[in-house]
Amino acid sequence: MSFRFELCLGVLIAIALMASQYQPKAPLRELKVCADPNNLPFSNQRGEGFENKIATVIGADLDLPVRYTWWPQRRGFFRNTLNFGRCDVVLGVPAGLDAVLRTKPYYRSTYVFLSRRDRGLHIRSLDDSVLHRLRIGIHFAGDDYENPPAAQALARRGMVANVVGYSLYGDYSKPNPPADLIQAVAHGDVDLAIAWGPLAGYFARRSAVPLDLVPVSPEIDPPALPFAFDIAAGVRRGDHAMRDRIQGALDRHRAEIHDILENYGVPLLGGVGN
Amino acid sequence: MRWARAVSVLLVVGAGVPTRALSQSDGEWTMPSHDLAGTRFSSLSQITATNVKDLKVVITFSTGVLQGHEGQPLVVGSTLYVVTPWPNLLYAIDLTKPGGVVKWVYAPNPSDRAIGIACCDVINRGAVYADGKVIYNTLDGNTVAVDAKTGKEVWRTKLGDVDKGETITMAPLVVKGKVFVGNSGAELGVRGYLAALDLGSGKEVWRAFTTGPDTDVRIGPSFHPFYPKDQGKDLGVRTWTGDQWKLGGGTVWGWLTYDPELDLLYYATANPGVWNPDMRPGDNKWSITLFARNPEDGYAKWAYQFVAHDAWDYDEIMENVLVDMPVGGKTRQLLIHPGRNGFVYTMDRTTGEILVAQQYQPTNWATSIDLKTGKPVEVPEKRSHQGYYTNDICPSSTGAKDQQPSAFSPHTGLLYIPAHNVCMNYAGVEANYIAGTPYVGASIKMFPGPGGYRGELVAWDPLKGRKVCGVKEDLPLWSGVLATAGDIVFYGTMDGWFKAIDAKSCAELWKFKTGSGIVGNPIAYRGPDGKEYIAVYSGIGGWMGAVAFPAVSTSDPYTALGVAGAVPDLKQKTTMGGMLYVFSL
Repeated sequence: MSFRFELCLGVLIAIALMASQYQPKAPLRELKVCADPNNLPFSNQRGEGFENKIATVIGADLDLPVRYTWWPQRRGFFRNTLNFGRCDVVLGVPAGLDAVLRTKPYYRSTYVFLSRRDRGLHIRSLDDSVLHRLRIGIHFAGDDYENPPAAQALARRGMVANVVGYSLYGDYSKPNPPADLIQAVAHGDVDLAIAWGPLAGYFARRSAVPLDLVPVSPEIDPPALPFAFDIAAGVRRGDHAMRDRIQGALDRHRAEIHDILENYGVPLLGGVGN
Repeated sequence: MRWARAVSVLLVVGAGVPTRALSQSDGEWTMPSHDLAGTRFSSLSQITATNVKDLKVVITFSTGVLQGHEGQPLVVGSTLYVVTPWPNLLYAIDLTKPGGVVKWVYAPNPSDRAIGIACCDVINRGAVYADGKVIYNTLDGNTVAVDAKTGKEVWRTKLGDVDKGETITMAPLVVKGKVFVGNSGAELGVRGYLAALDLGSGKEVWRAFTTGPDTDVRIGPSFHPFYPKDQGKDLGVRTWTGDQWKLGGGTVWGWLTYDPELDLLYYATANPGVWNPDMRPGDNKWSITLFARNPEDGYAKWAYQFVAHDAWDYDEIMENVLVDMPVGGKTRQLLIHPGRNGFVYTMDRTTGEILVAQQYQPTNWATSIDLKTGKPVEVPEKRSHQGYYTNDICPSSTGAKDQQPSAFSPHTGLLYIPAHNVCMNYAGVEANYIAGTPYVGASIKMFPGPGGYRGELVAWDPLKGRKVCGVKEDLPLWSGVLATAGDIVFYGTMDGWFKAIDAKSCAELWKFKTGSGIVGNPIAYRGPDGKEYIAVYSGIGGWMGAVAFPAVSTSDPYTALGVAGAVPDLKQKTTMGGMLYVFSL
């Protein structure tokens, strides 16, 4: 019985392998990536973002030229890009997002408190009572119950009047609109910003005024509001072959990708990519 | 039904355009809602309950554009005008030729950046005709006037900045030589407004903001709201925290109506932006507010805020239908507003007093409207907060109806409302994704309301505040409604059926299956041959209709702002398309 069972299994596996091998499939000629043309440090049309660099690494590994479809990352982004068939891969997808099929995360980062070094604020926690006396800048994304975690955490602590909203979309005719929030700290328009780490880290390095970044604590604001996120690559749901290809490339270039992220000033949390 | 005979629809004489004999103009459809009163009632009566079964297709026309075909065509003389979703083409179709022949097409070439910004599909709600021009808005925030004969652009005015999240989807109205246009995009920090443009030149004459100090809102000495809750100075600032009014939302993307006798323009505003409710304490005026304004200078006569401090996205840009009806033996000048929030409001349009307010679909966020204070009697546990779960809120954010307009028949005295029966769960914490930044939002999951149906055409008695009859539909109704003097009511379904029912009994008389789901608004017109025609767009899309698009996943019930849970079967029931259908006997 046991022998026959194994034989059967072996045959089945062989058939499955043959089937997958002989599936009619156009050979991949390029790595089709959708990305925002104006959103550093993530990506831009000149290929200057860290997601551009990571795409190049993946493309080189798979021996495929990278071809971009540029699309602002706004509502309907996945509907209009990946799920419309305009591309096969989107980088920088939060690991909890169900709209796409995800690789394993290749980095984990956090929201940070960002302030001018000369202010000497040293805010570490959302529960720091000093927060009530500061003008705090945060991003807003829209009123459809879609606000960054800081909006909710601050409102819950009774901080509303001292919060200044900056559009995550900003003025798209200008370069890298989400960076307005970082400028506001440098210019002293706000005392403190609570911003997504990769954005804050990149622009803080380029700021003429020295800026300090401190990861937001607690990492999960009770009961269940996270400030740290695993970030992965996304492909169309069901496209397991593509997901596995990308995963392979990410696995083979872990160290290189880690270096890219560090070079861009992305605050990296442990537990991923090591 | 005898009293109904006394009902008179406001007689509509095109203001600012050459006056036409009523009979002639009534054979045309020159403005979005047929007339300034917004009745969508045509006095054509060739098609009746007896002969409607013989209705046949006489014109089919593909617009060449997929996406949702909301809005309605216009008919001026012997030409029919079609405005498509983005890229907002304008077609002129010659009705004197068999089957209809395209005379010209005008392409405004709107920015493709508008596609990624529009919240709920790239739709357009139609054009208005005045002074030899066809005038409409493009998704990227321009108003264009096109010569109705030649198709040449006469003027173009940029009102909204698409780079800052502003789009325009509504159909303008023309009154007394001015074009009235409002903006969309409350979700993106846009501050809502209604603007008046000069009909001849397109130059902006005035702009009334929804939020801010009284000078910005155009509130002055002539402002007399009926209820104390709406009275006071600078409420557009004082009902917000800090500077939040600057991101106040309250856009103006719905339907406009006008009463020539009172010289008042009516419209209502959208939900407050941009924060979740906990982040914007206060009444958030003048979001979700009905305004009566003087069209000349824009100053408000009265205002009524339907819901203070919105927690459900119940924006109220719905139509305000102006009718005169006998109340207690005396003819009153009324305004009927079928609300997103589940109540139909019958108001005195001279003062803003609510006379009747009753629920027309399953509604549980409030039990009633207090007619003394004008405030809803809310059910506290149905108010959503971030960080919490609130279950079984009815109606959902899509409302007991959305923008799709109802029709009023002076023959029956009834308002025919295209309604939804969809409820929602509000889940306070959910990772999601925008612009390279993970954010924590709340997810809204919608699902069919109680009763085993998701849509209903409701024939509503606005004086008694009750349903007279109705047609329950499997899918939510996302099409507008047409009523005719043949005592027939037309509407379409999201799976593409175009239907005629009896205006008195709601009995189904005729139906035809179009190629795609119907989210447009039917019209009636008299053709060059003197016959009555009925026209409607077929082309699924819009907020809920976008679920039919191949790229929109239905395996995640939170998709498309939660509507995928309300219509998970839509993709199996219809596919994309963009067609004009015209029917006649």
